[in-house]
Amino acid sequence: MSRLVFNDLSVWFGEGASRVDAVRHATFEVPSGASFGLVGESGSGKSTILRALMGLAPDWSGEMIVGEQRLGPKRNRAFYKQVQMVFQDPYASLHPRHSVDQVLSEVLKLHGFRDINRRVQALLDDVGLGPGFRFRYPHQLSGGQRQRVAIARALAPEPSVLLLDEPTSALDVSVQAEVLNLLNDLREEHRLTYLLVSHDLAVVAHMCQSTAVMQNGEIVEMLTVEDMRAMRARHPYTCHLLESASGYNPNAAQAL
Amino acid sequence: MNRQDISRNPDDPRLGFRAWLLTDTPSSRLHARCVAFYAGWLKLRSNTMAMVGLGILILLVLVAAFAPWLAPHDPLAQNLAGRLQPPLSESHLLGTDSLGRDILSRLIYGSRITLYIVALVALIAPIAGLLVGTIAGYAGGIVDAILMRITDIFLAFPRLVLALAFVAALGAGIENAVLAISITAWPPYARLARAETLTIRNSDYISAIRLQGAGPIRIITRHIWPLCTSSLIVRVTLDMAGVILAAAGLGFLGLGAQPPSPEWGAMIAEGRRFILDSWWVATMPGLAIFTVSLAFNLLGDGLRDVLDPKEGG
Amino acid sequence: MTREQPLLDIENLTVSFPTRQGVFEAVRGISFTLGRERLGIVGESGSGKSMTGRAILRLIRPPGRITARRLEFSGTDLLQLDEHEMRKIRGQRISMVMQDPKFSLNPVMRIGEQIMEIYRFHTGAGKRAAHARAIEMLEAVSIRDPERVMRAWPHEMSGGMGQRIMIAMMMVTEPDILIADEPTSALDVSVQTQVLSIMDRLVHERGMGLIFISHDLNLVASFCDRVLIMYAGRIVEVCAADRLHEAQHPYTRGLLGSLPRLHEPRRHLEVLKRDPAWRETPSVSGRQ
Repeated sequence: MSRLVFNDLSVWFGEGASRVDAVRHATFEVPSGASFGLVGESGSGKSTILRALMGLAPDWSGEMIVGEQRLGPKRNRAFYKQVQMVFQDPYASLHPRHSVDQVLSEVLKLHGFRDINRRVQALLDDVGLGPGFRFRYPHQLSGGQRQRVAIARALAPEPSVLLLDEPTSALDVSVQAEVLNLLNDLREEHRLTYLLVSHDLAVVAHMCQSTAVMQNGEIVEMLTVEDMRAMRARHPYTCHLLESASGYNPNAAQAL
Repeated sequence: MNRQDISRNPDDPRLGFRAWLLTDTPSSRLHARCVAFYAGWLKLRSNTMAMVGLGILILLVLVAAFAPWLAPHDPLAQNLAGRLQPPLSESHLLGTDSLGRDILSRLIYGSRITLYIVALVALIAPIAGLLVGTIAGYAGGIVDAILMRITDIFLAFPRLVLALAFVAALGAGIENAVLAISITAWPPYARLARAETLTIRNSDYISAIRLQGAGPIRIITRHIWPLCTSSLIVRVTLDMAGVILAAAGLGFLGLGAQPPSPEWGAMIAEGRRFILDSWWVATMPGLAIFTVSLAFNLLGDGLRDVLDPKEGG
Repeated sequence: MTREQPLLDIENLTVSFPTRQGVFEAVRGISFTLGRERLGIVGESGSGKSMTGRAILRLIRPPGRITARRLEFSGTDLLQLDEHEMRKIRGQRISMVMQDPKFSLNPVMRIGEQIMEIYRFHTGAGKRAAHARAIEMLEAVSIRDPERVMRAWPHEMSGGMGQRIMIAMMMVTEPDILIADEPTSALDVSVQTQVLSIMDRLVHERGMGLIFISHDLNLVASFCDRVLIMYAGRIVEVCAADRLHEAQHPYTRGLLGSLPRLHEPRRHLEVLKRDPAWRETPSVSGRQ
């Protein structure tokens, strides 16, 4: 039971004249076990939705529901055991002075697990890193390996929902393929619900069954993956996104 | 100083241990620490000037430890017949002072006092600063405002004057001098720690651990402190010169170590009266202060390169 | 493609850095020419593609070393020039646009002043002429209100605006070659299309040579004329951009296979298996 419901969600930063509305009246639902994409350009508010859900954006109105539970202003540890997040930049999301082992065992301890040694091994196996990586520091890892560690950290509390904030945009395409495959396998194995944020339509189409397209803080269109493949979009912004997914198009450039 | 050397000397008996220290795949927590530490040491070792500084400081520690065996004379033994002997005179390598005491022996015993002051200040000031700075930086808001205004008040006083006031209130003596110097030395550390905390606080890895439900105490002690300490350690070594000079200054003003204790600053103060006729009495302790201060600065520069967390060492 | 003398003729270019572990070669003996065309250089991070761009302008800091059997720009040997002569080439004859305009614009100078300064430095023109030229260039990169932008500070510009201003700045001296290092990867798609069409127009209308460095295979395939694929400091394959999807080399094929595709759904993306032999095979020549 880990569906996500966003009902008329608005998120803003600052007060009075300096108030910036990052998200305006976003409404969508992610069924339990599904994978849902949020697409848009930088500043369109797609990452802000994730941050609001995780309690990192304090000013919001509307309704957010995880499972059957309506979220208040504070998140407790039980919430974080259920919902976890993977950050965009694996070079910034790992503590530079903590080894892989420290990162994972600290999280496991926080959530009250006992057999930490065995679980660290299991997590590393899960994300395809051998035991040789266990005592390495982030600077001894490649970008893809770091992102695997970040994924392992998110999986450590055995969550049912994983929020993915551009998980591959800092990686090379060949590494991106590995990480996307891993995420797909993990979703099946652990019956996870994914909410994926990306600017890359091809990635979203590969990972998700349905997608919301965002522009300037608003959801302008909802698409299923079939709609995307058939290029069935009504909103001009979505049409443009779909077109540029296959590269540079001089005709589209003329139209601008 | 690296992997290549090993491949060139396969018969090196230390090969096993060095390879163990240089591996990319440590096998335990302790091993990983050793590897990281050894990599840092290799980097520091390649910095010649830092090694010179480290060498001088090790020498200082040894001299302080073995002072009774090294000193040719009793540092307090007066000999008014042989007063103000120039350097290189018979049995007094660095000459004698106005009471005929051997300057070399006094310098050797004085190193104990210098080390004592330096060690105490290096413990008190940065730790106080780290506490205040990280709490202010992480908590923000009203806590930050209050703590930082207190820091500002301490910063606004001229350092020596504030120390003087404290010593005047508490009474002269080495312990009180240490306390006074520490009280004037912590605010810059607090500022530094706060600035570091402000940048670290918003990083993804702090968000990530917050999203695991970690509380503020754990985040500050386990995640922020390890990143602040490196810059504080560097700052401490760079400040040590100033601390020695402040201690010497208090000694010079007669508010630190009390005669006849051979504190270097106090020795300069005494020699001041004879500076024109007997230059060595003030110059020799001056040179000692200069050498040790320089050594701390050189080491600090080298440590800055090694401990920079951005380089992931 | 033109058969006249190429704008840029490079033979056996190597960029090396001494490290504690020995000499590291970021670029290992590559050869190619650039005509009045859009030449794409693709590769992953660490493939040496950016180093190649910087090496052409001799922007590698010591202790890095650039060596080449030939590094000729319109018949001039760039390796023989002294730093003073090189500065005249940079910016005036060969320009470079970097990935993030935030780091390339001077934050304490108004945008107009920066463009005018470059123009005056290279041409010695007067203030008025420089002003007119700057306005003209800003219009050329589709900036609607050039007078206002001239007076603006860099921090007031969005990413797309900043990148267009960078291009205007690089184009103001009418260079023969533009080296664009990931010029659009920090930009959103709508702006990306605009920036690309501006560069496209400059190649077509002014006969400029463009080196387009990117990691985005789809973009390079659809935008460039010719593509060099780099791996571990070497060129592993050269092909016409519109035939990139028929590329032969297993590395190129692997890269293409690892891309998620909108119209060809797959359960699993192909994972690139790196063959150590790729590293050792000699560089393919991109000379024409």
